[in-house]
Amino acid sequence: MSQVSETTVERAIDTSQMTVSDTDVAIDVIGMHKWYGDFHVLRDINLRVMRGERIVIAGPSGSGKSTLIRCINRLEEHQEGQIIVNGTELTADLKRIDEVRREVGMVFQHFNLFPHLTILQNLTLAPIWVRGIPKAEAEATAMHYLERVKIPEQAHKFPGQLSGGQQQRVAIARSLCMQPKIMLFDEPTSALDPEMVKEVLEVMISLAEDGMTMICVTHEMGFARQVANRVIFMDQGQIIEQNDPETFFSNPQHERTKLFLSQILH
Amino acid sequence: MTMDHAFIRQEMVEARQPPRGTDGPIAWLRRSLFASPSDALLTILGMLFLLWAIPPIYNFLIGHAVMPGGTVEECRAEGAGACWAYIYARFNFFIYGFYPIDQYWRPNIVFIMGAALIIPLLIPSAPFKRINALLFFVVFPVVTFYLLNGGVFGMRHVPTEQWGGLLVTLIISLVGIICSIPIGILLALGRQSKLPIIKTLSVMFIELWRAVPLITVLFMASIMLPLFMPTGTTVDKLLRALVGVTLFSSAYLAETVRGGLQALPRGQYEAGAALGLSYWKRTYFIILPQALKHVIPGIVNNFIALFKDTSLVSIVGIFDLLNTVQSASSDINWSSPTQAVTGYVFAAAVFWIFCFAMSRYSLWMERRLDTGHKR
Repeated sequence: MSQVSETTVERAIDTSQMTVSDTDVAIDVIGMHKWYGDFHVLRDINLRVMRGERIVIAGPSGSGKSTLIRCINRLEEHQEGQIIVNGTELTADLKRIDEVRREVGMVFQHFNLFPHLTILQNLTLAPIWVRGIPKAEAEATAMHYLERVKIPEQAHKFPGQLSGGQQQRVAIARSLCMQPKIMLFDEPTSALDPEMVKEVLEVMISLAEDGMTMICVTHEMGFARQVANRVIFMDQGQIIEQNDPETFFSNPQHERTKLFLSQILH
Repeated sequence: MTMDHAFIRQEMVEARQPPRGTDGPIAWLRRSLFASPSDALLTILGMLFLLWAIPPIYNFLIGHAVMPGGTVEECRAEGAGACWAYIYARFNFFIYGFYPIDQYWRPNIVFIMGAALIIPLLIPSAPFKRINALLFFVVFPVVTFYLLNGGVFGMRHVPTEQWGGLLVTLIISLVGIICSIPIGILLALGRQSKLPIIKTLSVMFIELWRAVPLITVLFMASIMLPLFMPTGTTVDKLLRALVGVTLFSSAYLAETVRGGLQALPRGQYEAGAALGLSYWKRTYFIILPQALKHVIPGIVNNFIALFKDTSLVSIVGIFDLLNTVQSASSDINWSSPTQAVTGYVFAAAVFWIFCFAMSRYSLWMERRLDTGHKR
């Protein structure tokens, strides 16, 4: 597990009181169910994410945590219940799906950079062709975010020439170039060599400090402790327990949660 | 507790050159040709085969051949090789078919224009790609049609029945290749579509055309089709063959492209979708460039097959290169024991040159497009 300095921790955890109003709700998942064929993968999911909230979803593999966040930008369809993102309800309507995807960035376990395009082209493709931003402006924005993830010198290389950690940082920058309101992370460090986990987590922490709304599926419990406002534990397609990280780790309630934590924290 | 196998490195080992291998021709011979008794035996057998095969081939093609300028009597002489004089004498027929001799300048302009446009198009670093492509794909076909067909600007009308030779072979294969690319890609995408009607239509089209021999398609197009059409309407024979070849080839191409689409990791589709790119933008910017690159060998394979298959149009009475060669071989003025063989060797050589060029170009392109992302 990676170590991040204590000062970062204090800056990152910002427990300011939030008043609930509709505009403050980033994501609202209400009574959502999903099946793969006959297999009931997600069961009665209720989750409200406020703007600026940082949520970590943990759980054993096959618990449906990745599927859940993939429903939020409609990479997966849900069959029952509602998912409302930035005030737009996700239905089969392609227009709404595009609307949601424009505002929701996603970082994948396997980076999924476009290998035939340079790093800079990876970053500017969507801003130019989805947002209609002029090329020069899109490139300036791209360079800004590449600097932010500390690899501006790689701009003209191809993804295959970069290390895993660098590729994942590029992937984060690529999402940021669309100026999303929400960022989804699907096990962003699981495919990385141990030595490269930290550089990616640092980028994510700095994003959290800027107040980005984030949902991270991750096994990095150190990151969860330092950054999350809320930790959600899932098993068998359902939310088993959610709590602030302090309580979640020191005083888990559900038997399944206790078992899980005893397996991964040693 | 001390471990007797404990180890702490004091100095790092610097990288250095690999040891010198045993170089030189002798070492190469030993390694490549005579490494073991069975290798030596194979080498000797191979050499004996070459010694047996090469001299007669050489004698036929060059040694005893009658070169251009020779006479038919020399070709008829005992032991004469290839009759190149005959090829030379009938060369124009092989290139232009029955195109009127005084009008040869028209196909010549087409040849020159085609070469002048396609060569820079194939060189990635050549400038003005957009204009070049526009000229080649839009202007060139129109100009070619009016030039060859005539009937405008005081040019004599030359019906397609008189077009022939290499000219027709190139027309059919170029039109087939260029038109089957977009149709094949659309069919491949259609076959993967989630929309049931589009998917079914694509599958039906592909399976129908793939399951029918090209000869049948050509026969249907040239003999059956007119029977179904209302009397009085005629569709040009060459045009019918063009359509048949194009649709046939696009069905094959669709399956090749589908292979490329399926080879792409799902993450590529998802990453594009997650960025908000619409289906067509995703397909155009992300999916197709990668999918097509993966299947360049397969696509070129299709093109080479198509180029050679154009010779089948001779069966419906179109005078392509092979058909001109075949019909010239009954030319009594040049009748000799090697007349027909020489003609076929010539036709084979012409086909080989074009196909080999395509093959080499595609290999080169493949290497150029490789951005080092082997996973």
